[in-house]
Amino acid sequence: MEIYGFGIVAACMYLGSFLGYGLGKLLGISGNVGGVGFAMLMLVLLSNYVEAKKGGFSERTQNGIRLLSALYIPIIVAMAAKQNVVAAFDGGAVAFLAGGVATIGAMLLVPFISKLGKSNTEPLVEEIAKEDAK
Amino acid sequence: MYSIIETLFTKYALVGAFGMVALIMLISYGLAASIKQKRMGSALAIIIALVIAYISGKSTGGSKGIADFTLFGGFALLGGSMLRDYAIISTAFGVKLENLKKAGLPGIVSLLVGVSFSFFVGAIVAFALGYTSAVDIATIGGGAVTFIVGPVTGTALGASSEVIALSIAAGVVKSVMTMIITPFIAKKIKLDNPTTAMVYGGMIGTTSGVAGGLAATNPKLIPYGAMTATFYTGLGSLLCPSIGYMIINLFI
Repeated sequence: MEIYGFGIVAACMYLGSFLGYGLGKLLGISGNVGGVGFAMLMLVLLSNYVEAKKGGFSERTQNGIRLLSALYIPIIVAMAAKQNVVAAFDGGAVAFLAGGVATIGAMLLVPFISKLGKSNTEPLVEEIAKEDAK
Repeated sequence: MYSIIETLFTKYALVGAFGMVALIMLISYGLAASIKQKRMGSALAIIIALVIAYISGKSTGGSKGIADFTLFGGFALLGGSMLRDYAIISTAFGVKLENLKKAGLPGIVSLLVGVSFSFFVGAIVAFALGYTSAVDIATIGGGAVTFIVGPVTGTALGASSEVIALSIAAGVVKSVMTMIITPFIAKKIKLDNPTTAMVYGGMIGTTSGVAGGLAATNPKLIPYGAMTATFYTGLGSLLCPSIGYMIINLFI
């Protein structure tokens, strides 16, 4: 059932965030350190495991998860609409330069660090392109 | 008449937000199709949303964009971190384990390089523009990491509230710029495969910026970028007030 998909993601979110907050406590910072990442990892492990064991979740369960991921972009649009954009513009030169130079510089460094995994970058492009073509 | 409408929007706040977002997306995808750039649909939607946030912020004086209008309070829930994280996690469905393994090393390297790069760039800008106390410099540097790391660093080091506000602004600039620039720069930095997306998430790190930027570039890359980005703020909150501050203290 579709709701099972919601439940699976919810369980991953709770478990992952539990680890994230636990890690935060351990490191002495209040907050969720990588909780979402842990949750994503769990979902990847779980879905790959179920895939290998029983050929994947049932179609309807998958639909539940797909509905959530389809909501992702609308959620991001809503998130953008509630940002404090005024503060970003009013922060003055320091805020603008510090944030801006850090962003652009970091983006330009991306290709150099990706090279560490270079042998792996190309076949995956095809995979994505193929899925797009479908 | 107005009171009925007001009741509807406040009572059905979340539904109202869904409707508004659908409208924003309808308009932006329509615009994108009319200039024959279908892929730009989500980028346009995000930019329109940011413009709405700016106009709302100007007219309400609040800090939560459109959500500061009583009628659009539903945006606070729909665009809040709970649903955002719930939906981000669901995007990991369908990710192949081997793709993650392949990007493991560059992913981790990008996190360390990303946090230190942003921190020191922010610190250098702060110093260049006349800040001389190590606490202020580290706080603004933290802000260049993300808008959460800035106040975390500032609070830990006892910075003034103006400097903390500035560090938040720096982080918001980063997040907003990332959303806008990413789709345009994606080709140049070869942001079209899972490994690069993970590196990108680790280098930029602001979850909202990375998520918005990748959504506008190619939604299939979102889970990879989000996976590393989610560790970034935590790592920054850990390193900036401690080692980062100590290093800056050596130079000042």
